[in-house]
Amino acid sequence: MSPPSAQEIAVDDPTAPEPDSPAVTTTRTAEVVVYVLLLALALLLGFDNWRSGMGWAKDGPQSGYLPFYLCVILAGASVFGLGITLLKRKEVSPTFVTRDQLRRVTQVFIPTLLFCAAMQWLGLYVASFLLVAGFMRFIGRIAWWKSLLTSFVFAFAMFATFDVAFDVIMPKGPIEALFGR
Amino acid sequence: MEAITLLLHGFAVLLTWKTLTLMMIGLLLGVFVGVLPGLGGPNGVAILLPLTFTMDPTSAIVMLSCIYWGALFGGAITSILFNIPGEAWSVATTFDGYPMAQQGKAAEALTAAFTSSFIGSLVAVILITFLAPRIAGFALRFGPPEFFAVYFLTFCSFVGLGREEKHKTLISMALGLLLAAIGMDTVSGQLRMTFGFDPLLRGVNFLVAVIGLFGISEILLTMEERLALRGHSAKISLRVVLKVWKELPRYWVTLLRSSAIGCWLGITPGGAIAASFMGYNLAKRFSKDPASFGKGRIEGVFAPETAAHASGTAALLPMLALGIPGSGTAAILLGGLMVWGLNPGPLLFVEHKDFVWGLIASMYLGNIVGLVIVLTTVPIFASILRIPFAAVAPMILVSCAIGAYAIQNAMFDVWLMLLFGVVGYVFKKIGVPLAPFTLALVLGNRSEDAFRLAMIGAGGDMRVFWSNGLVGSITTLAFILLFWPLLSRIFAGAARLRHAPGP
Repeated sequence: MSPPSAQEIAVDDPTAPEPDSPAVTTTRTAEVVVYVLLLALALLLGFDNWRSGMGWAKDGPQSGYLPFYLCVILAGASVFGLGITLLKRKEVSPTFVTRDQLRRVTQVFIPTLLFCAAMQWLGLYVASFLLVAGFMRFIGRIAWWKSLLTSFVFAFAMFATFDVAFDVIMPKGPIEALFGR
Repeated sequence: MEAITLLLHGFAVLLTWKTLTLMMIGLLLGVFVGVLPGLGGPNGVAILLPLTFTMDPTSAIVMLSCIYWGALFGGAITSILFNIPGEAWSVATTFDGYPMAQQGKAAEALTAAFTSSFIGSLVAVILITFLAPRIAGFALRFGPPEFFAVYFLTFCSFVGLGREEKHKTLISMALGLLLAAIGMDTVSGQLRMTFGFDPLLRGVNFLVAVIGLFGISEILLTMEERLALRGHSAKISLRVVLKVWKELPRYWVTLLRSSAIGCWLGITPGGAIAASFMGYNLAKRFSKDPASFGKGRIEGVFAPETAAHASGTAALLPMLALGIPGSGTAAILLGGLMVWGLNPGPLLFVEHKDFVWGLIASMYLGNIVGLVIVLTTVPIFASILRIPFAAVAPMILVSCAIGAYAIQNAMFDVWLMLLFGVVGYVFKKIGVPLAPFTLALVLGNRSEDAFRLAMIGAGGDMRVFWSNGLVGSITTLAFILLFWPLLSRIFAGAARLRHAPGP
């Protein structure tokens, strides 16, 4: 790529997934898994509704009536989907996710999971500082000082907006306590 | 003309410094959200909803609807300059918008996109101004059976008219209705599907689900792609704006056609995405020179943008008049109404005149102000794209978490949001539509209540849904729409048989 001219905007993505990365699963497999899970969910919820009464009382349906039949619809549609997916030819199914894509998605999802766990102990604002800084540094390969500065400004702006200006109470941790908030 | 008096009253409600400031903030946030890949209208509105919890309903809806208008405008910027649609409904805009930018006519293309968005929206708002009060007035006579029939019609039309595979639409809708039923049953007070797990007593919150399904999953999907981009920067001068506006009257047929398509698909569950493609394709078909489409023809920008914006706006009509959202974003706004303590439906026009007419007036004003803002600030918004996505993505994730937590101050909701994020990611990849799910989740309790009240009123007799002409025809129409794919196949088959030569 040639360097961008003044009229151009160019942004690079250093950790992008390669287009020719091998497939991990096909859409067909993913569909089968989803249908089986949905079927299990329908059976579980259907059982609970059957237990709480799916019949017809004198003045109309009991509380489990509508949800029970919704479970029947859900189960029916899942079985139908399972059937036609299994009948389709195997070779034509497109890729669900490639190895590189899965790597990137995990790189996003695991830190997000950790962030949600950390916000209970560290408070939301400190946790978000760590998430933004880490993300920029390790996925964006952005210089340390830029990452730290941006994430600090962001966390502080969030604190000013939600905690100070709009009175939205978020979980807070030891650092906020130090400043008496 | 009662509507005009009420509309003027609405403007009076609106014209305070506080509301106007919120409007500007909303529009700017909206354009920002529309420009960023991985964040769209519904996500933006869902994530920013918690900001409005402490406001009065009128200010809140003005700000939220302005975020929506802003997002509709913003989607066009990246389509034209970068060939990356910021929103699914601006895909069709890239067909001719990007070639125009490559030919150095980016400013013209952007002006055309913004202006036609404005026109489409204006047509839809005028329709809302005059039609919505009438529909609401008519619906005041509805009892529980009629309301259930209308809800049923909405669900059936999604299944029958949707483009996705039918069983996938059904799965999405049944799942949404089931999740809506979790928690305390409002009629009998019984607990349903909680399995003795306390956080489920309150049920699955609609907004938490939406933030997960649209916000988190969209980030995951965006990260799968190569996020490097290259494109043009642009500046719009007054001369270019006037030049494009002078050409406008020549394309009045296209503009009118696209507006009509947009309004129709917005009210029915077709949606802005379908409208933009249909607007583009019809403009191409009726053109004298169809081959020039896709090579940078200004009409190819006018057509989809008008339709998309008209549809996005018209989707608010059934929401206001009947309490039934016509699109995903409208469903989220409806969820907002309930949080602010308003009961969506025809009574809104009677009980909360200030709110309704303030909202309608804000549609006019928001679009005019929006047009001015985007025309003047395009260079700034285009340069937002210089910020690498690796910096934007975690900020969006944080905003999602704040939004989900703030709704009920519950950590459980944050985990639920992550779960919905994964569900949304997988569903989008295997083609299960999310709009029916959203709709079912927001309407689930209301439709079940209507059904059971109707049953109590009729002593458990299902024939109540055919007890008079009105409810009977709505119910019948619902069944026709539900089985429409089947019926149309039968009709086609019958027609073929008739034309087939006899033995």
